[in-house]
Amino acid sequence: MTPASETSQTDNILLEVKNLKKYFPIQKGLLRRTVGYVRAVDDVSLYLREGETLGLVGESGCGKTTASRCIIRLYEPTAGEIWFKSRVLSENGRPRRVNLVSLNRDEITKTREEIAMIFQDPINPLNPRMSVSDIIAEPMVIHGKYDPRHSEEVIVNLLQRVGLRPDHLRRYPHEFSGGQRQRIGIARALALNPRLVLCDEPVSALDVSIQAQTLNLLQDLQRDFNLSYIFVAHDLSVVQHISDRVAVMYVGKVVEVASSEALYQNPLHPYTEALLSSVPKADPKYRSSRIIMQGDVADPSNPPSGCYFHPRCRYAVDLCKQQAPEFRELKPDHWVSCHRAEELQLTGI
Amino acid sequence: MAVASAPSALPLGKKKEFSQSYWSLVWYRFKKNKLGVLGGIFLIALYFLFVAVPEFVSPYALENRSNFVEAPPTPIRFVDQNGQFQAPFVYGLDRKIDQVKRLRTWVEDPQRKYPVKLFVQGDPYLLFGFIPANLHLFGIDADQREARLFIMGSDALGRDFFTRIMYGGRLSLMVGLIGQFLTLILGATLGVISGYYGGATDMFVQRFTEFLAAFPNIPLFMALSAAIPPFWSPISVYFMLTLILAFLGWGGLARQVRGLVLSLREREYALAARSFGAKDSRIMFRHLLPGTMSHVIVIATLSIPGMILAETALSWLGLGLRPPLTSWGTLLQDAATVRAIRFTPWLLWTVPPILFTVMTYNLLGDGLRDALDPYSGR
Ligand SMILES: Nc1ncnc2c1ncn2[C@@H]1O[C@H](COP(=O)(O)OP(=O)(O)OP(=O)(O)O)[C@@H](O)[C@H]1O
Ligand code: SF4
Ligand SMILES: [Mg+2]
Repeated sequence: MTPASETSQTDNILLEVKNLKKYFPIQKGLLRRTVGYVRAVDDVSLYLREGETLGLVGESGCGKTTASRCIIRLYEPTAGEIWFKSRVLSENGRPRRVNLVSLNRDEITKTREEIAMIFQDPINPLNPRMSVSDIIAEPMVIHGKYDPRHSEEVIVNLLQRVGLRPDHLRRYPHEFSGGQRQRIGIARALALNPRLVLCDEPVSALDVSIQAQTLNLLQDLQRDFNLSYIFVAHDLSVVQHISDRVAVMYVGKVVEVASSEALYQNPLHPYTEALLSSVPKADPKYRSSRIIMQGDVADPSNPPSGCYFHPRCRYAVDLCKQQAPEFRELKPDHWVSCHRAEELQLTGI
Repeated sequence: MAVASAPSALPLGKKKEFSQSYWSLVWYRFKKNKLGVLGGIFLIALYFLFVAVPEFVSPYALENRSNFVEAPPTPIRFVDQNGQFQAPFVYGLDRKIDQVKRLRTWVEDPQRKYPVKLFVQGDPYLLFGFIPANLHLFGIDADQREARLFIMGSDALGRDFFTRIMYGGRLSLMVGLIGQFLTLILGATLGVISGYYGGATDMFVQRFTEFLAAFPNIPLFMALSAAIPPFWSPISVYFMLTLILAFLGWGGLARQVRGLVLSLREREYALAARSFGAKDSRIMFRHLLPGTMSHVIVIATLSIPGMILAETALSWLGLGLRPPLTSWGTLLQDAATVRAIRFTPWLLWTVPPILFTVMTYNLLGDGLRDALDPYSGR
């Protein structure tokens, strides 16, 4: 019983994550004994259709980065399956559904042609010792697709496509602004013509004005290159216009997934409602309705009992403290894990 | 929507500046450090004179013996007995036995004068090892066999000591360079592997470097050099010595590289490379190691003198190079007795070039260290 198996368009599914878990061991002392685990990602299931954008939203530390890095297998998942419709590892020319978790190293390396990543921080992912052209060429070099005669042109085209100038080619990352560096990272991500791009908060380190530009660019690129995005963000306003569907995460778990429309207008989870209340609204009448959550985000190494959200939830009842709610499909393609989802009338925007 | 596709709308750096790679910034900063540049120039000159062309600079061949045993430095004169100013010349030398001290001494014979010239023909040699030549920078004409020019005196076999210092410099300076190069390769490779993989690999490399560091060097060196078979050719002994020095020296460098790699490993560009499918070797040697290179070069530069001094000290102790190999260390052996210092103090001329070398390396190393981080001032 996964979200994908319920939908009619199973063929269209590019990526399906089932029960993904990533626990980081906490080691103490000289002998580095494991004294506990940070449950950074705890039983996450998602799917993504081709050409679609899935927003992955949650507060800082809820495991968004960890989840996306597990998908591209930068981190070894502790448990779970990640099914990806791969063209590189095709069978008789037909795309093959492969479980990324069980692939060997060589196969994983091949799938990296199809899955690229854009990083949260615009500076550090670019090697300061490499020129822009070397940085963008690197994925091609790694996959043996670099050809001195043609690739230069490809790189120049990419550079122009992301809004940089050809004469930026010989420059070094420190000579660019944050927004420009993020564009370099985007050009690099596109160098191998991927189909899935994991965008880990690509705009949250940027100025608000640059954010809009970069989001527009990503949307244009999605259309032109037929990309699918998993778009990570820590607040719902960023992904509002770019996402087809949105998943809300809280302390390693997905608490609600739905199409953007459904999620923004009729949220079913109190946490989503709280996040939505902080999205700036056009109508000043609603300004005062902001819900201030009490307390801090739960500690993923020592989560609360029952529903992880109960210490901060305004609708919590006794049951919430004792029993963890099940993740269920309450309305078609609208999944939520809350005991009181049916009865609550939550406000969206 | 159109914003992104209109490049002209982008903020493009306020000042028009040409692109600078990391190394060109380092170079820019280094150039501003006068002492460092001076050290670099001196070093280049030193290596050129002592390593590339000592045959040309020195007036004689290395093993050119003469009867003038333990002659003091020959004074080069410009004024003859009659008070007349002349082109530089030296007087002939006569042996005289000091009956009181029971000592052989050399006295000048004013009757015989030999002009000192630049670019004289003399002992034949192979320039750079393959060009036959016989030109020497200075000296007295080779046909005047009965006279010699010893600007730094002669040794117990009547060989020109200046010539020996020039030739000795070749081996000593090369020990530093080759030894440090091997150290660098060994230390950097093991350091980056240790830092990148961590875990058991790291543990093993770290304990091994600690073992090397904790082990007293002289006994270890004695054991290792005793293991060099005595029938080996001098050149094999020389390379073995270099290897041993490198083997003892890589630990410190490896630890430094490891530390830097540990901090760089968390930098996202290594992760980014991995996300595009880069192999471990590419991440280590294309991304992590270059990030440590500026440090490594400084450390290496500053530890070359240590390696040169180690060769000198060990050869002086008789544990390193042995005659007929001529290095500054074996030359210092000539000056190792009280008798030598009392009666042939010019044999201490080996010391100034050693000091000078050490000093220039330190100047260069300090200059490089200051230039190391060109972003710091931005
Ligand atoms: N390598 C690691 N080792 C141990 N714990 C980790 C590691 N990486 C992340 N964590 C922990 O896992 C949890 C989730 O981290 P993650 O980086 O995925 O959060 P995030 O949602 O991306 O947050 P942010 O919005 O700040 O980027 C955090 O509590 C973090 O401390
Ligand atoms: S289960 Fe209870 S505590 Fe959790 S979100 Fe729903 S109402 Fe709140
Ligand atoms: Mg993150």
